[in-house]
Amino acid sequence: EIHIKEPIEKEVNPRLLPGELLLCEASTVYKYIQEDGSNRGTYGKLVCTNFKIAFLDDDSASDDNEPQFKNKIVGENDITLQCVDQIYGVYDEKKKLLTGQLRKYPEKLIIYCKDLRVFHFCLRYTKEEEVKRIVSGIVHHSQTPKLLKRLFLFSYASAAPNNTGKYGRNQTVMFDTLEDWRDELERTKGNVKYKAVTTNEGYRVSEKLPLYFVVPICVSDESILKYEGRGIPIWCWSCHNGAALLKMSAFPKEQDDSASQMQKAFLDGIYKTISKPPYELLKMEDLSSSLPSLQDIQTAYTRFKQLFLIDNSTDFWATDVKWFSLLESTNWLEIIRRVLKKAIEVAECLERQHTNVLLIEESATDLCCVISTLVQVMMDSYSRTKSGFQSLIQKEWVIGGHGFLDRCNHLHKSDKEEAPVFLLLLNCVWQLVQQYPPAFEFTETYLTVLSDSLYVPIFSTFFFNSQHQKDTNMSGENLQTQSGPFRFLTVWDWSVQFDPKAQAFLNNTLYVEKPKPDKSQRKTTRFKHQRQLSLPLTQTKPSTKRGFFREETDHLIKNILGKRIGKFINSSDELPNSFREFYDSWHSKPVDYHGLLLPRIDGPEIKVWAQRYLRWIPEAQLHGGGTIATAAKILDLIEEVQSLQVKMDEEHSQAV
Amino acid sequence: MASSSTPKYNSNSLESPSSKRTLKDGTNWEHNEEIPRLPGETRVTDKDVIYMCPFNGPVKGRVYITNYRLYLRSVENDPVVVLNVPLGVISRIEKMGGASSRGENSYGLDITCKDMRNLRFALKQEGHSRRDIFEVLTKHAFPQSHNLPFFAFANEEKFSENGWMVYNPMAEYRRQGLPNERWRVTFINEHYGLCDTYPSLLVVPYNATDEDLKKVAAFRSRNRIPVLSWIHPETQAVIMRCSQPLVGMSGKRNKDDERYLDIIREANGQISKLTIYDARPNVNAVANKATGGGYEGEDAYPNAELFFLDIHNIHVMRESLKKLKDIVYPNVEESHWLSSLESTHWLEHIKLVLTGAIQVADKVSSGRSSVVVHCSDGWDRTAQLTSLAMLMLDSYYRTIEGFEVLVQKEWISFGHKFASRIGHGDKNHADADRSPIFLQFIDCVWQMSKQFPTAFEFNEQFLITILDHLYSCRFGTFLYNSEFLREKEKVTEKTLSLWSLINSEKSKYTNPFYTKELNRALYPVASMRHLELWVNYYIRWNPRIRQQQPNPVEQRYMELLALRDDYIRRLEELQITNNSKISNSSSSSTSPSQMMSHVQTHF
Repeated sequence: EIHIKEPIEKEVNPRLLPGELLLCEASTVYKYIQEDGSNRGTYGKLVCTNFKIAFLDDDSASDDNEPQFKNKIVGENDITLQCVDQIYGVYDEKKKLLTGQLRKYPEKLIIYCKDLRVFHFCLRYTKEEEVKRIVSGIVHHSQTPKLLKRLFLFSYASAAPNNTGKYGRNQTVMFDTLEDWRDELERTKGNVKYKAVTTNEGYRVSEKLPLYFVVPICVSDESILKYEGRGIPIWCWSCHNGAALLKMSAFPKEQDDSASQMQKAFLDGIYKTISKPPYELLKMEDLSSSLPSLQDIQTAYTRFKQLFLIDNSTDFWATDVKWFSLLESTNWLEIIRRVLKKAIEVAECLERQHTNVLLIEESATDLCCVISTLVQVMMDSYSRTKSGFQSLIQKEWVIGGHGFLDRCNHLHKSDKEEAPVFLLLLNCVWQLVQQYPPAFEFTETYLTVLSDSLYVPIFSTFFFNSQHQKDTNMSGENLQTQSGPFRFLTVWDWSVQFDPKAQAFLNNTLYVEKPKPDKSQRKTTRFKHQRQLSLPLTQTKPSTKRGFFREETDHLIKNILGKRIGKFINSSDELPNSFREFYDSWHSKPVDYHGLLLPRIDGPEIKVWAQRYLRWIPEAQLHGGGTIATAAKILDLIEEVQSLQVKMDEEHSQAV
Repeated sequence: MASSSTPKYNSNSLESPSSKRTLKDGTNWEHNEEIPRLPGETRVTDKDVIYMCPFNGPVKGRVYITNYRLYLRSVENDPVVVLNVPLGVISRIEKMGGASSRGENSYGLDITCKDMRNLRFALKQEGHSRRDIFEVLTKHAFPQSHNLPFFAFANEEKFSENGWMVYNPMAEYRRQGLPNERWRVTFINEHYGLCDTYPSLLVVPYNATDEDLKKVAAFRSRNRIPVLSWIHPETQAVIMRCSQPLVGMSGKRNKDDERYLDIIREANGQISKLTIYDARPNVNAVANKATGGGYEGEDAYPNAELFFLDIHNIHVMRESLKKLKDIVYPNVEESHWLSSLESTHWLEHIKLVLTGAIQVADKVSSGRSSVVVHCSDGWDRTAQLTSLAMLMLDSYYRTIEGFEVLVQKEWISFGHKFASRIGHGDKNHADADRSPIFLQFIDCVWQMSKQFPTAFEFNEQFLITILDHLYSCRFGTFLYNSEFLREKEKVTEKTLSLWSLINSEKSKYTNPFYTKELNRALYPVASMRHLELWVNYYIRWNPRIRQQQPNPVEQRYMELLALRDDYIRRLEELQITNNSKISNSSSSSTSPSQMMSHVQTHF
């Protein structure tokens, strides 16, 4: 039985962003607060715009208890069109997936969101005409294929040209200029052996590659151009010992024998060049064979997220007893574990074996991004600061050419391309954050809101497949109203979504900054000093392999290299022992939060990111508890210390 | 502890004793100045052995045995490998390999411990070296089986606090506002004549006479009649505990018992039914009728509502823990961790206990109804349920001292059979009476403290220390099965209390995030989504899994607290200086911003 107040006839209007248009609406929609059988809820208006689906509570007085942490763009009852995962209609107590044209309109609408929220709307009291309009409107705008230019991003950018581009560049390195790459080379001391190239200006090489990128100095422009950048080792990062992390887009399987012969010869040439001194030994890591496929990842995540999209209390408790085996059967945590393990293996090669690691993948824009990002987060403490992490995402993902548009399926073009690769990364980084909280300048809340931002189409960051795609769509020529190029917002400007009070929850108050080097020291020695500080676990004795190659003659090196390359060194046959040893020896020492950081990957250590996945489930709420309780205590204490500081300064000035 | 770590990593281990007195009779004790010894601890023997460390491989060392502990120090390793094991944790000692056994290190001793680990020592096959050490260990690890006293009776430690003073039943009942016009204190059990497993002081309904109590006792298993554990300060609803009624196959009834429960129901002026929680699964309760027990039937108790809480018996819990040990020691099950964990059912049992306690607490608090809790005898599952419900309802029990009172009251004084469940000093390792019921309770408390990190005054170390001394026999706290026996053995006179150790060094056990909140009911989420395996306890011997100690977040918070206190002090000084108009600008005061950078705090 439903006990509810009579709906109040009152005009409630949605708050619209610049460029946001109201497309359809329905009133007297009943939103269940929770499907717990009690049927408690509120009446309101359900609207659909070109940006979001929103429920507007008739009883606006309920705005009294404003949450402490609030998103300015997307409210609690707002669902951006890109955030909609699946829509179900309920007909005579039966759930049916709604996708395209509808013949019959449901009594109830269930919307499952990509950020794991679940909305239940009852349409029984709504006028039939309005039901038709709102249901088909919502389904059409959120579930059917869309043109890129119809993304809200463009309407917003053209309607609000003034509030863009204000974000200070100095905070996050965007990697869209040659300068940014040169600075990064200098920062990591990679500039001795690697160079930033302009070969791709005007996208002459490839539309998939960024405008600027970095390759070994010995690689010529001709080779880069030859196969549209395929088969070229592209630099990601240099380790303190000079060993570098590289990535390469592999050749697709050729039917034509002579073509594949030529490719092989080309590759051999490349390998030879970059395996000679001054370059380190090269270890190849074919990610498509050693890690789960994108399809596996998509399947696992689809199963996993389903565990958190819970309809009602009964479902929640019914699945509780078998929770661990359900979790295991999704394979998601196991994938996280395997990815972290691979990242440790790569770190071991760079750090201890002192070899270059070349990550190979067909496009070099999916698992390559995951592994290279994780390796840098683990090895480079700069990547554990907020701006460092953001710069890293720019470098490896946004400019690096991860196909966000296709992988998130923002345009509903092809389900086959969909795979939560970036979410996989965030899940892996979260494991590190919760294992070593003092090592990160940002919190798990930061990662959670970052994951939410994947579906907020006012930022360009996650809504293009490549830099080329963004550049070519910036001009705005298709829109008559627009004259100049669009200026998009970047997600890294957190003030767009959060006011300062809420932003405080993104910063880890317990983060201890890296000790600043003594200013009195000269520049060169200072740098060295800093390096040593940051990596105390660097092995002092060089590995035997390394010594061997250094001392022997060129002739011998060539002989051996030939064999080594032909073999395509596979990590699996020699790594386990040295991996275990590396892993164990690191874990037997105290943690240096500014040094190398290795995740713990034993069974009990890989956990579910509770904040992201459980936050909307009423049964799983810890009222007044959870990690947020300690976080709030820490924030309070810091505020107190700060005010004491102010008072002391006042007293000091009085004293003088 | 079994690891190659240096002492600073040993914070997960048993208390390192403060006493480092030199031994006067240290003839064979090499480097005796470094071998810890408690006052009253005496050496027995020592021997060269190879410690078969499951994590670091064989370790050559010398083992020292006293009347309290087994101590091993490696002779070649750097850093030195140290094992410091109270003999009380030993559950079983086995000889491995025989005279004919071949292969290196296959001849020696295998020691099974009660705290989730095994110790293996290889010995030389010469003389009677193994027989000697086996006999010495057996004798001192199982003193009760050899007519020897527990070490607790020899312990001569001194502490600044006296833990025996922590619990005074009268004071605790007074804190709860008892006795009042509806509840009275009775001394009927002063000499344990009514019930030899109950405390001497009991709180019962004012309207029930001592004669009534005697009649009720005849109908309750082991005379454990319903008595008050806790009263809600506002609703006046109470938590009562007891054992099962002796219904039997024939469905016996007892008018006195029926009337007594009705008096309880009426005591808080409640009109609705009295709620009885039977902790057992329904089928078990029925099966108990065959042995004379049973449950309150609807016909006999029309004013009571009975719920079964489906918590399994001591044997099921023992097997569950055994399975858990199999998947975490020595190696953590790798390939299918989650399903392996599920198959132990350990967390499922934790979930059921917590769910039951939540129901009890909610009934008393929101339902405003008095409840009676029992299982079969009312000393295992009943103790878990009442103490956890009290922890949820009464914030006093969430302080260090309050928790000590809670353990002392609901567990120790109400006759949880610690001696039988733990098997203190008893060689019979396969005794069916042994069961990790108290461990399970502490695990539930840990789960709650994990979910509500600011609600408890004590930290994880406090809980681990309690568990360590549950086995160690260094204190009298957990010895014997009942107050009656403890009085007979003069435990409070002849031994020390664990709370003396803890209360003398409270800061070590204090949770810096604790926020005092009065009268706030705290309900944990008893869902597998939030329950976790207590890695820092169950897998603490594995150096690969061990978590950072002390907790870095806690440590940083403490630094901030110290900074704040320092600022307050300095500010006061400054104000005094300023007020007295002595503006000595060249004073040595450091500017606060300088200090900030010193602590490297990022604001």
